Amino acid sequence: MASRRKVISRETGIEEKEYRWGFVIPIEEETVPKGLNEEIVRLISQKKGEPGWMTEWRLRAYRYWRSLGYVEPKWAKIYHPPIDYQDIIYYAAPPKESDRPKSLEEIDPELRRAFDKLGIPLEEQKRLAGVAVDAVLDSASVATTFQKKLEDLGIIFCPISEAIQKYPELVRRYLGSVVPYTDNFFAALNSAVFSDGTFVYVPPGVRCPMDLMTYFRINQAEVGQFERTLIVADRGSYVSYLEGCTAPIRKRHQLHAAVVELIALEDAEIKYSTLQNWYPGDREGRGGIYNFVTKRGICLGRNSKISWTQVETGSAITWKYPSVILKGDNSVGEFYSVALVNHRQQADTGTKMVHIGKHTRSTIIAKGISAGYGQNTYRGLVKIMPSADYARNFTRCDSLLIGNRCGAHTTPYLEVRNPTARIEHEATTSKISEEQLFYLISRGIREEDAQYMIVNGFCRGVFQELPFEFAMEVSQLLRVSLEGTVG
Amino acid sequence: MVQAPPVYDAYLQRFQELAKTLPLPLWLQEMREEAIGRFLDLGFPVARRGNEPWKYTDLRPLAAIPFCQPPPPYPKIQAKGLRQILPWSPRWDVVTMVGGEYKASLSHIRGAQAQVWTLTQSLQEAPSLVEEHLARLAIYHNDAFAALNTALFQDALVVVFQGSREARELHVAFISPPGEGPYGHYPRLLVVVEKGARASLIESYVGLGSGPYLTAAVTEVFLEEGASLEHYRLVMEPEAYHIGQLRVWQDQGSSFHSVYFGRGSRIGRNDVRVELDGPKAEAYLYGLYVTQGQEHLDNYINIDHIKPHGTSRLLYRGILDGASHAIFGGTVYVQPGAIKTDAEQEDKNLLLSREAEVDSKPALEIYADDVRCGHGAAAGAVADEALFYLRSRGLNRELATRLLVKGFATTVLDQIGPARLRSFLEMVTFASLPSLRSLG
Repeated sequence: MASRRKVISRETGIEEKEYRWGFVIPIEEETVPKGLNEEIVRLISQKKGEPGWMTEWRLRAYRYWRSLGYVEPKWAKIYHPPIDYQDIIYYAAPPKESDRPKSLEEIDPELRRAFDKLGIPLEEQKRLAGVAVDAVLDSASVATTFQKKLEDLGIIFCPISEAIQKYPELVRRYLGSVVPYTDNFFAALNSAVFSDGTFVYVPPGVRCPMDLMTYFRINQAEVGQFERTLIVADRGSYVSYLEGCTAPIRKRHQLHAAVVELIALEDAEIKYSTLQNWYPGDREGRGGIYNFVTKRGICLGRNSKISWTQVETGSAITWKYPSVILKGDNSVGEFYSVALVNHRQQADTGTKMVHIGKHTRSTIIAKGISAGYGQNTYRGLVKIMPSADYARNFTRCDSLLIGNRCGAHTTPYLEVRNPTARIEHEATTSKISEEQLFYLISRGIREEDAQYMIVNGFCRGVFQELPFEFAMEVSQLLRVSLEGTVG
Repeated sequence: MVQAPPVYDAYLQRFQELAKTLPLPLWLQEMREEAIGRFLDLGFPVARRGNEPWKYTDLRPLAAIPFCQPPPPYPKIQAKGLRQILPWSPRWDVVTMVGGEYKASLSHIRGAQAQVWTLTQSLQEAPSLVEEHLARLAIYHNDAFAALNTALFQDALVVVFQGSREARELHVAFISPPGEGPYGHYPRLLVVVEKGARASLIESYVGLGSGPYLTAAVTEVFLEEGASLEHYRLVMEPEAYHIGQLRVWQDQGSSFHSVYFGRGSRIGRNDVRVELDGPKAEAYLYGLYVTQGQEHLDNYINIDHIKPHGTSRLLYRGILDGASHAIFGGTVYVQPGAIKTDAEQEDKNLLLSREAEVDSKPALEIYADDVRCGHGAAAGAVADEALFYLRSRGLNRELATRLLVKGFATTVLDQIGPARLRSFLEMVTFASLPSLRSLG
């Protein structure tokens, strides 16, 4: 049985082959000393050549974070040894920020090869696919494609560090407006030390003609990655944004604490898709990324829409709740999620839908798959404020258990303060049915393929929401993550 | 946690008074000493951060008042008066406790199936049974209210059911007497349903007082192998701070069928924990809560599937009026190895007013793969379509609303066996909803 499995399986072959994105890109990077204090915060800000208001904002965030006394929120159903925040490098970047490559041709060939290996469309063949890419390596953005074409439409798609220089008024207005640095422990940490990320602004009435994509990679050892994404869709605009991430195999845990803020003004729509494939650690739970992410969007204007789609297969720990604040009347929030845990992975993920405006609607579809010793928790809040007349929510979360040592947990919170609202929540938990498996096997399909087919069908509702390119990749990823769970 | 020492001292003082007057066996004295110690260490769970079981209930108003006086005597109480405030049937056996004291004049037991003892009687008749069971389910080491009750109850009722069921229910009524000062009332009930026995039990908690008082009640139910209990719990203490705990332990093949009816209180808590600790045990928990005005009611229902082939159903319905606040929280746990568990959990709420608030948190924690678990929750007003349908058939708005509310409550009320109990609760439901009361 084992001999028939593919090389990319995490189950077969030697450890390094289990996670095929696990290599290290051999390029020189500049880092700052380990640990965090006001000096480091100033140093990061200085390296980025930031204006004074930005440095001050970072320092305020740092002081707030410090006041929390190194104590992370404890409510999530995840367990990890204490994180030593002074044992992390908070900044690493390819050297000489000022000589950032102006075009693809100028990129270090080593780096370009690396991204090719990762299957990231920096190169020509992907140009045909029509995806604009911003690639972030550890702490700095290394390449952005298609900028010219986007500029013609007035769309800004650039590293956030560049946006702070070029469009300070936009950044200043929206940065921290959805996720203030006082929001939570990790948001405060991110606000103090974030080094790069992506900024997108779509002007009024513009429909972004291509998917925008940021590719994040943690490369250096002992580095924490703290990126920050800010997307503003002005009146009547539309943008679809994709995010992907991987990291090398390291024996030690690495910290990733990102913040994503989305702002949709009147009639605007933002579609945000994530394929999270950080290194999940080995079978015994050694190494892997601790992924503590704050993602939140606000439907600020009437008739606006924000849609989150996420596929979470990586990370040793995932702590992530992409949320929507439905402030504008008639605005729409959506959350589609597949979270898969295998081996010793732990995921505590879900969403928050806060209904403020009238006739606001939200849909939550969450699929959790647990295998091995994995622990998967859906945690979601639907809050109806007194002003949200005729708000509507539908939530469905299903869990699938593979093997008898894993766990699947569902913790929805429904807070209703308006009687005209209608809220429904449904959830089920089960294993793959023997009957379905038997049916497929009796038609000559291998057990592993049969299981994959059933799981794929289980996730279909979410995969349908992904852009085509991503959907293909995700099915493949799911297969790799599930291999070795039969028998 | 900020503690108010004078308040806690008052509880300690009450404990010392009781310790002097109550003749208790040594093991029980030691247990109560331990319990008061735990209570003083734990304090009331007033923390507003990181206090998940009390996320939606702020206990600080309760913690600020020392509920340490003994319940006042209430000699005037008569059987006739009781029938107006409690469900009643000539066929039922009745035991009445007023302010924690047994009232022989208001109690009559004719059936031979149930042994009903006060604490003193039980310590004479079946001392080992009491020692083996008391406080084994309501663990006070980590629960301030279980600790407080264990330390301060004046008397307890011990009920043992044997043999096959007779055609009579046992009704145990706990009355909180009227009185001015802030008194503490600690009802305690221990029920053992012996192997293969079948029985029916009604517990009711009724408040006659108008001032703030505390009722911290603890009921422990043991269902031995193959035992079956039909259980009803009524809480009607609008002026109380009522913290009620029900702890149930089920052995192999036992069946627990329970219907809860709760009105809101100043702060109300319906805290239930059922352990299915034998294979093929079944638990059916139904609940109807009806709140109005400034009332508050927090349902906290946990079902723990420990052994395989267990079945549980948890079905609650809430009707909220006025500016009341109701909460449904609870978790179905499926422990490793509890395969073939079949569990469902549902909470639906009907909001009749703009000021009402409902928070629902039905959770699942599952550690076994071969299971079938589901849950659902919903909240909203009376459906416009349904209302329109009825009105198009010639019913006026008021009548149509009433009919729909009745239909909503029926899912739970239909689970009530004794007809007298059912009609009584239907009446109380409507009487508790000002928006509907005027509609006759």
